[in-house]
Amino acid sequence: MQLDAVSVDRVTYDYGQGKILDDISFKVEEGDLVGIIGPNGAGKTTLFSCMLGLIGDYEGRIEIFGADTRKNRKVLEQVGYVPQKKSIEQGFPATVEDIVSLGATRKGSKANTASAIETAALTELKNRRIGELSGGQQQRVFIAKALVNEPRLLILDEPVTGIDVETQNRFYSLIRKLNKDDHITIIWSSHDLEAISSLANKVACINRSMFFHGQSHEFFENPEMLKKYSESSMQAHMHEQHHHH
Amino acid sequence: MVLEILELGFVQRALVTGIAVAVICSAVGLFLVLRRHSLFGDALAHAAFGGIAVGLFANVYPIWTAIVVSVLAALGMTKLRQSAKIPPDATVAVLLSSGLALGIVLVSLSGGFSVDLFSFLFGSILLVSQDEVVIILALSAIIMAILLLLYKRFMYITFDEEQAKVSGLQVSKLNYLFIILASIAVISSIRLVGILLISSLIVIPNITAMMFGKGFKKTAVLSGAIASSSVVAGIMISYVANIATGGTIVLVLVITFLTTLAIKRAQRQTSQVASVKAST
Repeated sequence: MQLDAVSVDRVTYDYGQGKILDDISFKVEEGDLVGIIGPNGAGKTTLFSCMLGLIGDYEGRIEIFGADTRKNRKVLEQVGYVPQKKSIEQGFPATVEDIVSLGATRKGSKANTASAIETAALTELKNRRIGELSGGQQQRVFIAKALVNEPRLLILDEPVTGIDVETQNRFYSLIRKLNKDDHITIIWSSHDLEAISSLANKVACINRSMFFHGQSHEFFENPEMLKKYSESSMQAHMHEQHHHH
Repeated sequence: MVLEILELGFVQRALVTGIAVAVICSAVGLFLVLRRHSLFGDALAHAAFGGIAVGLFANVYPIWTAIVVSVLAALGMTKLRQSAKIPPDATVAVLLSSGLALGIVLVSLSGGFSVDLFSFLFGSILLVSQDEVVIILALSAIIMAILLLLYKRFMYITFDEEQAKVSGLQVSKLNYLFIILASIAVISSIRLVGILLISSLIVIPNITAMMFGKGFKKTAVLSGAIASSSVVAGIMISYVANIATGGTIVLVLVITFLTTLAIKRAQRQTSQVASVKAST
């Protein structure tokens, strides 16, 4: 039997202010490109934090390549993670090459730095300081950094939010290439339903609890599903607006 | 005249220890500055003051007691930051004043300020003994070796602690190790500039080096070079002019920083003018 890349089994997480994740279960097989969708505040980033062992006190079980990441940190060498965009201090004294090579935590993987930089189309920028780059370029640096260890699994948390359309498209073709040509399993959260429907073979839609999980086309060809999804997104949006005022 | 000065044994000792201390302080300082812990060195040095007073009081070599007290204080502070919800700058303030208070109480118990204590407050590198040279060089070599071995991991944690964790680095162990290294570096530098001026060695070479816009390694090397040349210049100037060495070193650092700042600003303005001209 082939080992699942990821298995999330009845995961519930509550840090005292209600359940952020409520009884979430799904599996990712090797070679999958899974789109995780859900409104803001749906718990997507929290789910990733649990998967990566950054949050440890959840109920249920999560395994990555058969290992519990809370106990076995070694397995994370096979995982590349690109977090949601963060602001980087402009004066931080590190070049693109410096940052990408940070990802080389596996023995011998430092030699991959140049090819990871090339894959993310950063060769011309490799000696520039990270803080001087645009948001889209910085995001590519983090993708290159995630690729250095030659991961079997990539986890991308809203990687294109706030990035111009051209860079987004380039990014989508990179995702496709990594999944199809390099056979990397990818889990990718996004608000861009169009991109997910054209790239992902599976979709998991969460809004604290699992809303839908299955083949991508089953979700996107089901008007009922889409309607429910857009309603919940709208609600989350209004909820947010309400909190702002 | 410079050659004559260099022949003096105590000047040689001062220069050798001064350069070693400058290099390790600027190296640990780069991480401290980038993590916004610039005043950490100050707090450690004040804790060390308590440690030195313990040593003088108990008649033990004060550097050893200072190392023990500072390392304990630093670990305590790190723990305080992680477990309780206390703002980091407040923990610095707690550490700083408690170390100083311990020192003052012990000093008053032993009957007032001695010359020795004074030299720890303001530095006295020209008085450094042969034994101290050996101790400081050995400590510096150990710190430097560990930093060279692990700098990439420390840099990763400095850049993004969460991502470092996800990459499987043992972040909290590395953080503790770094804090211990930083404490020892600070103690080693007490002889050079004194407790009250330690932040300057940690902060100024690094913020100066960072202005050159280079990557991590080059910035670190540049910072070490700025620190050690300022120390050499400071020692020589202070000897010739017969002024306080610690203070002179720090003033040289400050002048280097301000000069670099002015040059960089002027360069930026010229390039802006040039680009405006080119576009019209």
